[in-house]
Amino acid sequence: MSDLTLTTGRERPFDPPDVYTRIRQQAAVHRMTYSDGHEGWLVTGYDEDRAVLADPRFSNRPELMHPPFARPGFKPEDTGRFRTPPGFFLRMDEPEHARYRKLLTGQFTVRRMKLLEPRIREIAESCLDAMESARRPADLVEAFALPIPSLVICELLGVPYEDRARFQDESRKMLTLESKADDVIAALGRMSAYLAGLITRKRARPADDLLSGLVAGGELNDEELTGVAILLLIAGHETTANMLGLGTYALLTNPDQLAAMRDDPSVVDNGVEELLRYLTIIHLGPVRAALEDVEIGGRLIRKGDSVTLHLPVVNRDPDRFADPGTLDVARPVGGHLAFGHGIHQCLGQQLARIEMRIGYAALLRRFPGLRLAVPPDEVPMRTDMSIYGVHRLPVTW
Amino acid sequence: MEIKADTTVCIGAGMCALTAPQVFDQSEDDGTVMLLQPAPPADQEDAVRRAVTLCPSGAISIA
Repeated sequence: MSDLTLTTGRERPFDPPDVYTRIRQQAAVHRMTYSDGHEGWLVTGYDEDRAVLADPRFSNRPELMHPPFARPGFKPEDTGRFRTPPGFFLRMDEPEHARYRKLLTGQFTVRRMKLLEPRIREIAESCLDAMESARRPADLVEAFALPIPSLVICELLGVPYEDRARFQDESRKMLTLESKADDVIAALGRMSAYLAGLITRKRARPADDLLSGLVAGGELNDEELTGVAILLLIAGHETTANMLGLGTYALLTNPDQLAAMRDDPSVVDNGVEELLRYLTIIHLGPVRAALEDVEIGGRLIRKGDSVTLHLPVVNRDPDRFADPGTLDVARPVGGHLAFGHGIHQCLGQQLARIEMRIGYAALLRRFPGLRLAVPPDEVPMRTDMSIYGVHRLPVTW
Repeated sequence: MEIKADTTVCIGAGMCALTAPQVFDQSEDDGTVMLLQPAPPADQEDAVRRAVTLCPSGAISIA
């Protein structure tokens, strides 16, 4: 049995756990023991990771997968209690996946997202206005990193922002690794009920928003619409919010990089890509299940084996990125895998890019003297959540 | 240089339109790739090569 297991604990807040960086130097594909005893695989190489994610012989259906990580609140029999909700296309293979994704991709194009820029800029400025007039120190997560993507995804989908306490709490329970299975299932149930009610209201009184458009399109039933809404709402919140929070922490502890982005706004777009690469907040997977025998990186992966892709380590593969452990906002950085690869590559990535570009530029312009209000090692890290980041970021200026 | 685009495998991620916006666009309907210049000028060739590498679904290729 392999001694290697999946862990979220880190030696340093911005670097992936040392054990995976160490084994990457020996090989790109490793045996790893899953939490149910399955002898599966862990991929730490860039090319091998892309090969798995682009290959239709690897499935993303949860019922085919072994759990790579032991959630402390889950009993072994709990794993089988989770089924993909209708419409939750992230965890489907083709052709089912494409049926849902194609209904949405037209709403997330580069050009569509560009049209949202003025409104996102307004939202960012109003969050920063509120932060400026509040007391110091402020929690940057609460004042800036969470409300910007939250307001944006609510407006885009047509979810009332004043209901946010309901879905933000449920989302947090679902993504807390220590939550008990019963609590995760209950949180998902409450979020589904909330969104199902909203979809009923959209049918009665359509508005100019994405959910109303999907309802009017008539291609999905209410259960499917609810699954799509859950996926977009959670994905739209938790990812960009953590990139803004963790990225600001990284910049504040790398002042020369912060100054480079603050003093030359033309660096911001590239700096966002570098932060995505350097921080890679998806730290527990993705996982795939082999549908047949496949050779990857010289290892034979057998049909039925689970394969975990370690994106934070992959994005620091020295064969792909020079001096990968250094944050360098000016480096040519195309090709990072922070949004994944293959058919499941992030649907909302162009929205995330624009939110981060506008968010960082506005923050650094408005608060040139921004600094941490606690010693750097006292920032609480989200090693206990399925998406990495900071729980809070106390700042002053 | 001549580019081929396969909308049947395209997943509308938008990497091509982001990387080489003078050559690629996305359909308003389903976000799939649209070729603005199937035979792009020489000054676009580097950007096109980058876009081909970045495409997550292998939907664009250089003939």
